[in-house]
Amino acid sequence: MTRNQIQFYFRGAVRTLTVSSPTRTVLQYLREDIGAVGTKEGCGEGDCGACTVVIGERVGDRLELAAVNACIRFLPSLDGKALFTVEDLAAGGVLHPVQQAMVDCHGSQCGFCTPGFVMSLWAMYENHPHCPSQEAMQDTLSGNLCRCTGYRPIMDAARAAYASPRVELQRGPIAAALEALRELPVLEGREGDARYAAPRTLADLLERRARAPQARLVAGATDVGLWVTKQLRDPGEVIFVGGVAELRTVSNDGAWLEIGAAVPLERAFEELALLHPAWDGLRRRFASGPVRNAGTLGGNVANGSPIGDSMPPLIAAGATVVLASVGGERELALEDFYLAYQRTALAPDEILCRVRIPLPSPEAGRHFAIYKVSKRFDQDISAVCAGFGLTVTDGTIRTARLGFGGMAAVPRRAASAEAALIGAPFCAASFEAAAAAVAADFTPLSDVRASADYRLTVAANLLRRFWLEIGTALPVSIEALEATP
Amino acid sequence: MNALKNETPAALVGKPLPHESAHLHVSGRATFVDDMAELAGTLHAAVGMAECAHGRIRRLDLDAVRAAPGVVAVMTAADIPGANNGGPILPDDPLLADGVVQFFGQALFVVAAETHDAARRAARRARVDYEPLPAILTLEQAIDAESWVLPPADLARGDVEAALAGAAHRAHGETRLGGQEHFYLEGQISYALPREDDSVHVWCSTQHPTEMQHLVAHALGWRAHQVSVECRRMGGGFGGKETQSAQWACLAALLATRTGRPVKMRLDRDDDMALTGKRHPFRLRWEAGFDDDGRLAGVKFELASDCGFSADLSGPVNDRAIGHVDNAYYLDAVAVRNLRCKTHTASNTAFRGFGGPQGLMAIEAVIDDVARRLGRDPLDVRRVNFYDPDPAAGRDRTPYRMQVEDNILPALVAELEVSSRYRERRAAIAEFNANSPILKKGIALTPVKFGISFNAVQYNQAGALVHVYSDGTVLLSHGGNEMGQGLHTKVRQVVADAFGLPLADIRLASTDTTRVPNTSATAASSGTDLNGKAAQAAALTVRGRLAEWLAGELGVAPQDVVFERGRVRAPGYDAGFSEVAARAYMARIQLWSDGFYRTPKIHYDPVTRLGRPFFYFAYGAAVSEVALDTLTGETRLLAVDILHDVGRSLNPAIDIGQIEGGFIQGMGWLTTEEVWRRPDGNRAGELMSHAPSTYKIPAVHDVPPVFRVALFDNANVEDSIYRSKAVGEPPLMLALSVFFAIRDAAASALGPGSLPALAAPATPESVLRALGGA
Repeated sequence: MTRNQIQFYFRGAVRTLTVSSPTRTVLQYLREDIGAVGTKEGCGEGDCGACTVVIGERVGDRLELAAVNACIRFLPSLDGKALFTVEDLAAGGVLHPVQQAMVDCHGSQCGFCTPGFVMSLWAMYENHPHCPSQEAMQDTLSGNLCRCTGYRPIMDAARAAYASPRVELQRGPIAAALEALRELPVLEGREGDARYAAPRTLADLLERRARAPQARLVAGATDVGLWVTKQLRDPGEVIFVGGVAELRTVSNDGAWLEIGAAVPLERAFEELALLHPAWDGLRRRFASGPVRNAGTLGGNVANGSPIGDSMPPLIAAGATVVLASVGGERELALEDFYLAYQRTALAPDEILCRVRIPLPSPEAGRHFAIYKVSKRFDQDISAVCAGFGLTVTDGTIRTARLGFGGMAAVPRRAASAEAALIGAPFCAASFEAAAAAVAADFTPLSDVRASADYRLTVAANLLRRFWLEIGTALPVSIEALEATP
Repeated sequence: MNALKNETPAALVGKPLPHESAHLHVSGRATFVDDMAELAGTLHAAVGMAECAHGRIRRLDLDAVRAAPGVVAVMTAADIPGANNGGPILPDDPLLADGVVQFFGQALFVVAAETHDAARRAARRARVDYEPLPAILTLEQAIDAESWVLPPADLARGDVEAALAGAAHRAHGETRLGGQEHFYLEGQISYALPREDDSVHVWCSTQHPTEMQHLVAHALGWRAHQVSVECRRMGGGFGGKETQSAQWACLAALLATRTGRPVKMRLDRDDDMALTGKRHPFRLRWEAGFDDDGRLAGVKFELASDCGFSADLSGPVNDRAIGHVDNAYYLDAVAVRNLRCKTHTASNTAFRGFGGPQGLMAIEAVIDDVARRLGRDPLDVRRVNFYDPDPAAGRDRTPYRMQVEDNILPALVAELEVSSRYRERRAAIAEFNANSPILKKGIALTPVKFGISFNAVQYNQAGALVHVYSDGTVLLSHGGNEMGQGLHTKVRQVVADAFGLPLADIRLASTDTTRVPNTSATAASSGTDLNGKAAQAAALTVRGRLAEWLAGELGVAPQDVVFERGRVRAPGYDAGFSEVAARAYMARIQLWSDGFYRTPKIHYDPVTRLGRPFFYFAYGAAVSEVALDTLTGETRLLAVDILHDVGRSLNPAIDIGQIEGGFIQGMGWLTTEEVWRRPDGNRAGELMSHAPSTYKIPAVHDVPPVFRVALFDNANVEDSIYRSKAVGEPPLMLALSVFFAIRDAAASALGPGSLPALAAPATPESVLRALGGA
């Protein structure tokens, strides 16, 4: 049994909605269908945050809240969840503490980005009972652009909200309302040529995949969303994979960390950061909170973009991917998954099921680093992204895995540079040799992000930086520097 | 009556009150044009865009567009009944390309459909053939081809060749500055409603309703009184909605009058960025003669600007660049050559600072180079060149012959030098750099002197309309537009104080050409100066009538009638304002009035470019400290100290917001924001930095961890509104300190005496190139 109406909690009750098109966005629904115009469209691609709303999802018996971009969120993905917008906050006409703090701290000027900031702040306020660190607050706001204020008063407001008596969302009734939606039949429908389904089990997903190899798999839609809003493409048949339980799991058996393909990036990075702190540094700079809350690790990996940031360090860490079909599973080294520009080893009936990362062995002499170079610190696409993994014993480099993004048509290892390192002494000269060799590994493009020359120079210099960081005591991170008193 | 004409005591003026719409902003209840409840029958418009930079249109086949689902009307240049022009000064800016495409993305046609989505989809279904023509895409190509939108311009004083020949030292240099996308968070939008008897009303996100009114009328072949334009607020403007809101207002109005239905034209972000112009990129070249202390004897400048394909506001923008090559410095012998280059790119336009930032960059580049050549601290070289506050020194006339009468900059800089610990930090940074081969720090102090008033004298006028209703509440209209800068908040404070009323009794009406006509653009930082005075005049007129009438009733002198705290008092009399208003109405006293203001003292000859174009100057200075990674060229702004002059602040919270926001925006221009077009191939000229994914305005992490901003204690020497000063644009130029701090760090990496060839924006790639890598 299936159904073609979504049900979600909104404005105090469970709403039922017939899906007119599987790619209709939450923002279109709010602004065009029901005239809830507090949520704004600034860019239509999830980069400015003016459309930020908060999604509530029942996890266990708890309601978890996360900020997402309504402009690239497809309506069917609201099914079984709760939606909160800026209009929900001021109960009985009294501004919520984050709203009042924005007024008191002069956090709005033109006011157009403000509802988005308010919702990001509200999610933070709800998820952190106590005022988080400066870094965590910046992290919260990294997906919201303001062109007027220069952000300082908004950061002040983030702090000031905690100085007022606490006003919390009553999550219990909402979680209970969502509980009732868990037993509903699978969402499936057809609107014109647009067929869509949202299976809940891997078996169902694989069967649907086998029947419809042309169907577009959509998880967080942080990329597919732009095909619709910017290229006006019709993705045809859509299978939403975000509700497939097996793809949402994370496990760690002591030898491998396994991350399901539909695990949101935010959660995936938190798990990876337990393996090495460099992952937390990348997490902070990977898109924005709202994008990481919606987008998935599997989506980033399977999409196979040459500028996807998770793949270079995953390759450096020795990650593999598990591909599944009705016929069974197979496992590939991540670097072997990529065949050519936006072409992967996935067979037509296969899906990417999970990503496996070997746990670092506890022996000394293992080195790992992730470097991202872009014009802006927050939420920017890399000119060059690199993940480096090295093992060193008795002063000799034994293994080297150098993953690069932004340097070729696919995320790739730097074979010549690796060869220069493997078996070489652990010293500056070996890294100089690797830096010299890396030019032979890549023929990058010049584009809006950087020139080919810059990319080659930086790729080599990142190898030098790696040495300086692991082999010397020299400071090499401007992020660690403080102002001169 | 004389006593009544004096300014009222400031009860609310001077207070750090919140933005008048803040409570609406934070709850999503502030209505922007796209938020208005749509009228029945509303159509949505989208433009079809050209896919070549320069070419003759051989075939424009729109059959598939017309046949697309939901399409109601399609218009091309041939369908425009009046003038096919959005150009504010010269008629060289077609609303829809007529025969020839002049930039990649230019609007070819416009379609109206039942939904926004249907209109966008339909607009992509055109079949267009072009006969390619040679495209000029760079400043160099334009200069070589002598391709101008306007003839070159000159300004000179003294014998610069003799000064150069006689100087102890002589040097030359070049600096390149990129463009800047406005990135107002609310994109361009207009909503046109056809009304009876050949008239139309347009809700438009614009800084210049009056200009929209005239251009819409011209496009329709109508007269001004048939068109009304209204704007309650913009979601940011920054100059991008001064002239370039016109095309969308005109197209919406054309479609609305053609179809007889309301038409909303809202640009998608990517289309907005491709279709509209940006800050002018410049190539700055200079030659200077100077003495051992770095004092300039003579400077020659060549300022070449990329104006894009049409004149738009490029003339006035370049005039302001010429007028700001002096910045804070006395230039005894000076010659400026200014090239206004035409390229096949979107037409560049007003952007906060309006050419001033580029002019300032020219002289600051000179100063920085002179200091590095002499091995001196750039601050010392700046100081020996400052305008001298003592008129007897004879160093207080600008190149355009205006006397700098209120020169507080030496005092302001001295205060900042101490409060920021500039000297101590420079020494500590030198020590840090000596011990840090990979990471370098840099520091710079740069000043700003910015002229306040429109160069075009006629724009320095404003009107207002103040209604006191018979219950004592006040509706305030004026000619200025709210775009986030706090104009309405400040003007409301002024009017509240004029009546002695609380803020809640004063309500702002939207800016509407039917209420206040012949308005000037809300631009040139002048919104509060002009409209504050006009609104105050209107309020004082009404108050004067009340006082005179009441004085007559009570048998006291009018000046004994006092308006304060919502009460009206006179000897033996004390009543609420609402009661007095009600009684005055019954006594047939006119409770509403217009108000008008024109800026005194100013004059300017647009031919010679000489005069006193500015009522006064606004001043400020900033110290920035940066860190630089020599391996990648990445930089990080570590600390900023700002001391800025807003005269007597009308609202310190709003002024500090303008200072910080302007600074961060200027920092973006000079660091992360790179306008990038395809240089070659069959899509040459296509804007690839077309969205926030590819065009990076500052985000929250870019705010310096140490950010100290203070207001300089000062009162405007001129009779401005409550002796305040304009604040919209000047702080943007404080960000030059970031650029020169990066250059300072780069110079530390390259060694003593080095002159890093740093181009703006100082992206990691630009910085690494200046360091000799990449």
